[in-house]
Amino acid sequence: MEGLKLALANLLVYIHPSKSKIISDAILVELNSLLFKFNETFDGVVLAYEPNVQSYLAKILPGLHPYLGVSIQSELLLFHPKPDMIVEGEVVKVTESAIHLIVLGFSSAIIMDSDIREEFRYKAKHGKEVFKSTVHRKHRIRVGTIMRFVVKSFDEEIIHISGSLLPVHTGCVKWLEKHVEELSQSESNTKKRKAIKETGEVYAVDKVATDGEKVPVVVSKTNVKSKKRKDRSR
Amino acid sequence: MGLELAGAELGGNFVYKDDVYLTDSQLTNLVKNALTSALQGDSAHYKQLVALMHHSKDTLSKVEVAALVTCLETLSAAVSCIDIVHHRSLLDAIFSISFWKCNPLVLDALVELVISLAASSAKFVDLCLDMLVSNFVPPGYLLESLKQPRGVARKDQVLGRVHSTLKAISDLVPLTPMRLEKIVRDKMPTIYVKEPQLIVTYVENMLKLESGTMGEIVGSSMLSAVVYRLIELDVEIHWDDILQDDFTKGIFDMELEDFEGPQDDFEHDGDELHRENWIEKFFGGNAIAEKLDSLMVVTFEHLKLSNDNGRLHMVFEILLQTFKKTVLTTHKSKFAQFVMFYACSLDPENCGQLFAVTLLNTFLSNNPTHERICAVAYLASYLSRAMFVSEPLVVYMLERVVNWCSDYCKNQDGDSNSSANVFYAGLKKENDVFYAGCQAFMYVLCFRMRSIVSVPRLRSQLVSMRIDEILKHPLNPLKECLPSIVEEFLRVASSSHVFAVPENLVPNGILESELPRASGGSERLDMFFPFDPCLLKKSDRYIRPNFVYWSMVRHPYDRQDDDDDEDSSDEDAANVTVRGNRMMLDDDDNRSFDDEDFDVDDDFDYSLNKMSITPKPTICYRAQMPSRIRPSTSPESL
Repeated sequence: MEGLKLALANLLVYIHPSKSKIISDAILVELNSLLFKFNETFDGVVLAYEPNVQSYLAKILPGLHPYLGVSIQSELLLFHPKPDMIVEGEVVKVTESAIHLIVLGFSSAIIMDSDIREEFRYKAKHGKEVFKSTVHRKHRIRVGTIMRFVVKSFDEEIIHISGSLLPVHTGCVKWLEKHVEELSQSESNTKKRKAIKETGEVYAVDKVATDGEKVPVVVSKTNVKSKKRKDRSR
Repeated sequence: MGLELAGAELGGNFVYKDDVYLTDSQLTNLVKNALTSALQGDSAHYKQLVALMHHSKDTLSKVEVAALVTCLETLSAAVSCIDIVHHRSLLDAIFSISFWKCNPLVLDALVELVISLAASSAKFVDLCLDMLVSNFVPPGYLLESLKQPRGVARKDQVLGRVHSTLKAISDLVPLTPMRLEKIVRDKMPTIYVKEPQLIVTYVENMLKLESGTMGEIVGSSMLSAVVYRLIELDVEIHWDDILQDDFTKGIFDMELEDFEGPQDDFEHDGDELHRENWIEKFFGGNAIAEKLDSLMVVTFEHLKLSNDNGRLHMVFEILLQTFKKTVLTTHKSKFAQFVMFYACSLDPENCGQLFAVTLLNTFLSNNPTHERICAVAYLASYLSRAMFVSEPLVVYMLERVVNWCSDYCKNQDGDSNSSANVFYAGLKKENDVFYAGCQAFMYVLCFRMRSIVSVPRLRSQLVSMRIDEILKHPLNPLKECLPSIVEEFLRVASSSHVFAVPENLVPNGILESELPRASGGSERLDMFFPFDPCLLKKSDRYIRPNFVYWSMVRHPYDRQDDDDDEDSSDEDAANVTVRGNRMMLDDDDNRSFDDEDFDVDDDFDYSLNKMSITPKPTICYRAQMPSRIRPSTSPESL
């Protein structure tokens, strides 16, 4: 899970004179007003705070209402998912056109059908809707699944994430945790394949170095299978 | 599905062909293409799509309904292609569909589309919420039908869908309530809206939100907004509206209670205006009062439902905070405070006690003078009028108020020893809180003395209070407080023999004295009894069962007077007689309300100073505590 960070902020909280009786409560009220809203100054959504009053001396500001300026230091837990970050959330609705999630219990997220990799097929049985992987039968996404996805965009006003399920390392967290090695292997293979496709030189060098005998893992697997087939045929 | 989206070459209209079938996915692709083509400049199919959404007719044919439902369902699957800028006309068409006019099938599809839109992109959330909030109230022409059973059923059906849609959206977008709160408040009808039903239905929706799953977040805001509207309506009703024409007489002299009640001995007088008539007259053409009454009833019902669901304490916490911020600080609120009264009556043990304690604490606090005076006036009126408040609680509250007054007297003694200083101190604003406190305990005792002295433990508790010391203090509260209350208090006190009443201030002596007005002048402590009988017809039904009317309080002196009456001579200047539990006072002056020379204002002042003992030789008027005492209209009052 990415997008979370801690920040130590020096704040000057302005308190209305009418609230001067219980300053601590007034400070909390002011800090509460920051919660679950995107704050450009902090560059994130404030999820939690732990204030620490720096001084018991407050500055009285001149004006019609003599506000009290109380300086505090507060540790803030911030959330700012940026594109390509990996975020996790709970699936709350599955439709053919989208998967709806809630991240950290407050932020909505959606993965549109165009952002779901082809491996997943939508199925609805007995009123239960599910996205099922065609490659790994046990890899399913349904309501209640904790899902890992990649951030495409983030709306700061409504706190809404648009995500993607295209990368291989995204999907049901429970399944992904169980198949880490398999995924890392397949991912490295995918990367290699990508690299081979993108940079012909690397492929050429490798080819030269191995005298044209080095073959991708996938290919070797097919060879193994073919051997088995041969054995069976015998 | 037997629908085909025909090309532009067919005159721009959709053609329904029975022989052409498209699968759902084909249809979705078709609509997606129409939407994406519009982004690229080819809007022919897009325009047809928009045209399909627009229906000027209220009733659609089966084919049209089928087409609309298909279109809405397809759009639900294609929301990812809808652009808030380029597809504005399509969005406008969707959001202009009214839940109230919709065919149930169309409504189902529309709800799905709205949910999909809201969850698909942050940009659509506000638009969807705005559309749903707009459906809180029906179109104008349907308002009348809401009074019919069929209309009520339709209303329940539509509002049920609106709220379930809001919940569905908030399930997918958790921060929806924060956006919704602002939208609901902004779109709330003003108090000047012509149709009372509009604001009533809207408030019903607000309270439904409060009691719903989003209540935890929006509940406080909704209740505050409702109470604020009540106050807005309340202040729009001026006392002049109530006390106009012939209302000037009875308002001080009559208990506005139902005469079927506890006063068995009461003799009906043919000339008297019955309570119902009073209220009817008050309501005649007063649209604001009707709106307020209806809103109060809706609020009462909500409180009742909250109590049944075991969440009254939560609602009451919010109400109490709102009360402190709005109602308490409003100058002489007339009706809105009965929301608190009713809430307290539903749960006297917790809410009732909490309310009294809050008022007491406000009085004892260092809050602004005005707020403290209001708080103690509320406390006095509440303790006097609330039938559900137990006597021990009343005595406890009295003790706290009396102790504060006593301490104040002691502090005054310490600060200024000379009587001259005390006299000038009496004109100080700071003393107003003291006089308000004195007036409060006197007022409560007028109502509660009999029940308190009937319990030996409470009686001894009352005796141990230093009330007589306060009364004799040079600050002279008896001269500064409202004469009508002082008069009644002295009667009660002298008859109950609980504490010594200053000898020089016999009850009738005060009446004849001109001290109260003269000593206080414009700074005279004014009267404010927030829980006087409710003049709102429908609301009164909720308040009445738990309300203590003056006629229900029978004082020892009543009986004594009753006995004395037999021996009384006709030569007495003021002859006090008793009819049942009410006093009748005949005056030698033979003053009559029917006299041509009778001045209304003079009569008001006279009645006020005479504690509503209205002299009337020809008509049999009852002399008693005022059921509703008209607050002064002078700006400096209170």
